[in-house]
Amino acid sequence: MQLVFVLEQVLNGLLVGAYYLLIALGLSLIFALGGIVNLAHGGFYAIGAYLAVMLGPRLGFAGAFVLSPIAVGMLGIAIERLLFRRFYRADPILSLLLTFGLALVIEQGLRMVFGAAPLAFSIPPELRGQIFIGDFIYPRYRLMMFAVAIAAVTATWFIVYRTSFGRVVRAGVQNPDVVGALGISLAPYMTAIAALGVGLAGLAGVLLAPIAGVHPAMGAEILTAAFVVVVIGGLGSFWGVIAAAMLVGVVRGVTIYFNPSWGEASMYLLMALVLLLRPRGLLGERILKFE
Amino acid sequence: MGSRLSRRMLMQGAAGSALLAGIEMPAIVKAQADTIRIGHLTPLTGFLGPLGEYAVMGVKLAAEEINAGGGVLGRKIDLVMEDSINPQTASAKAERLIERDKVAMIIGEISSASGLAIGQVANRMKTVFINTGCNSDALRGTSCNPYMFHIEAANSMYVQATGQYLLRENLVKGKKWYSLTADYAFGHDLLRVAKMFMETHGGQFAADELVPTDTADFSPYLLKIRQARPDLVVSNLAGNQITNFLKQYTEYGLPFPVAGFGFDTVVAWGAGKGNFSGIWPLVWHHLVDTPSSKKYVDAFQKKYGKLPDNQSWGDYNSLKIVAQSMSEIKSPDPQQLAEHLRKGAKFDVMKARQAYFRSYDNQMMMEMYAVRAKEPSKMKDEWDIYDALGTVPGPNEDLEVIAPPKDGACKIG
Repeated sequence: MQLVFVLEQVLNGLLVGAYYLLIALGLSLIFALGGIVNLAHGGFYAIGAYLAVMLGPRLGFAGAFVLSPIAVGMLGIAIERLLFRRFYRADPILSLLLTFGLALVIEQGLRMVFGAAPLAFSIPPELRGQIFIGDFIYPRYRLMMFAVAIAAVTATWFIVYRTSFGRVVRAGVQNPDVVGALGISLAPYMTAIAALGVGLAGLAGVLLAPIAGVHPAMGAEILTAAFVVVVIGGLGSFWGVIAAAMLVGVVRGVTIYFNPSWGEASMYLLMALVLLLRPRGLLGERILKFE
Repeated sequence: MGSRLSRRMLMQGAAGSALLAGIEMPAIVKAQADTIRIGHLTPLTGFLGPLGEYAVMGVKLAAEEINAGGGVLGRKIDLVMEDSINPQTASAKAERLIERDKVAMIIGEISSASGLAIGQVANRMKTVFINTGCNSDALRGTSCNPYMFHIEAANSMYVQATGQYLLRENLVKGKKWYSLTADYAFGHDLLRVAKMFMETHGGQFAADELVPTDTADFSPYLLKIRQARPDLVVSNLAGNQITNFLKQYTEYGLPFPVAGFGFDTVVAWGAGKGNFSGIWPLVWHHLVDTPSSKKYVDAFQKKYGKLPDNQSWGDYNSLKIVAQSMSEIKSPDPQQLAEHLRKGAKFDVMKARQAYFRSYDNQMMMEMYAVRAKEPSKMKDEWDIYDALGTVPGPNEDLEVIAPPKDGACKIG
């Protein structure tokens, strides 16, 4: 074992953390603000990836990168208006069933339209190549993904914590009835949050399409990891999700360095450990309605 | 908002997300009188789903052609198709196909674990099962039985197909291999056979590592490979894992040559331009230059608008073999069918030499192929990803030289 190799895994783990962050951020947002456990999150991620494959050849990767998340976000608006909205005050098991069904519909829909085989998609030529820092290697595409993840997190943070829009949303999380009593209708805010959360899933799909297989079950593949990150981070905690994503990336990388076959199991062990020590997750806040 | 909503809901959500991976598709059963029913049982969802889809295309094309030619013994073939999902479900569905749907025999499966389960049911109910996608040698060894036949090549045969070309390129003797192996029955079995080949020919492992089947991000493994500086990176991966691995291997731009001992054309087609490299083995590919192979490629393209892959080859030929055999023995009786197949009947499976099931372990003896990834600049289109390297064994060698050794593990002979 060489310390420098472990260090390389740690730094790479932070890059991989961006990947976990992208898939978990939207999930966390919709759950924290709307109280919907969105099992269809992986489905929206897959739709984002398929849109990238469809739009990429026509508009270039940049065009697909901009348009796909927006298109998926619009789909999020439709889903919120037609479906989610009816379940905010219902028994949560119903919304769980709803999104579970939605996930199946999306996966099978993709399979019917595009077939089960993975679709070919590559990193655009201008983003290929690696950057070497000392003896360490960083693919340019992953660095770009890291930058986009940071930009997405910053934008989300700004919207939720630095705008009047965000203030209403946060008030709504703590006490929807008081917000209502003050004469503010939460409905349009929830629509916007759903669009944002679902759009982030679409963004993750576009970004992952060049480096992961694009196939109908790709959503189910990442969903469990996304949940693990949200649970470790702590419910409703913006910074918790970020910390958890980075932590999962690093722990997984270091575990694979020492014992590869435990690579995927490490994140579940981490989750169990965190929940034992901090049942609300790393930075989970006490939110009345979730207690 | 409901006060019953709690952190536990999120945990249940996480559990639910795991469930999503295992949902089954409804069976489509069309009952018809006076037909010969054939069960087709293979994974259509999950990480082998992409291959299952091609299996279905292959077997449907075969049924269509057989029925257009008047069927078998004057009766039409009626396919009863199911998604096998996992070993438990595969076993239950195999029983149901035989008992309730009264199928004459079963074709299919890709997962070695599920194949074992179906094989056990077939043996118990004395019904022929032709395995079209499970590679584990163990199915031909300790787990073999007189009713389970293998048109799919065994891991030993795949290792020989790639191995012969690695020897020619001087990538074995005195060289260090870094192998990544899918962490389940198929991978473990393949690793064992690959290791035997490597050691026999004087190579050694820089490292051999197990990779969980749900791995989507390979970057920690790629860093370790880079640190180890092997002479050859060996893939014993499976299904979508290979797609992800190929894409990220290119992303990290590692310079070491790549070879694989288990492969499916579909996963490389799905990797995308510039992401495919190395030497890989196949039981059949669309460039195989025989009349029946060309005929199949044309018929498949005409029906589906795309090229056939190795998996569709297995399911297509299995049904053709069954139809031919039933005509020859003039009966759909499973007992007679099993005997006929085991007696060394010869079949045209689109290769230069005819193939047969050897009676020792019911493994089909046939030619294997190796392919080499094409330079991206030389690709005509997105399907044109490899060149044929050649055929193993060579034209003057016995077909059995590449088969799993007759070590006495299988007791049916």
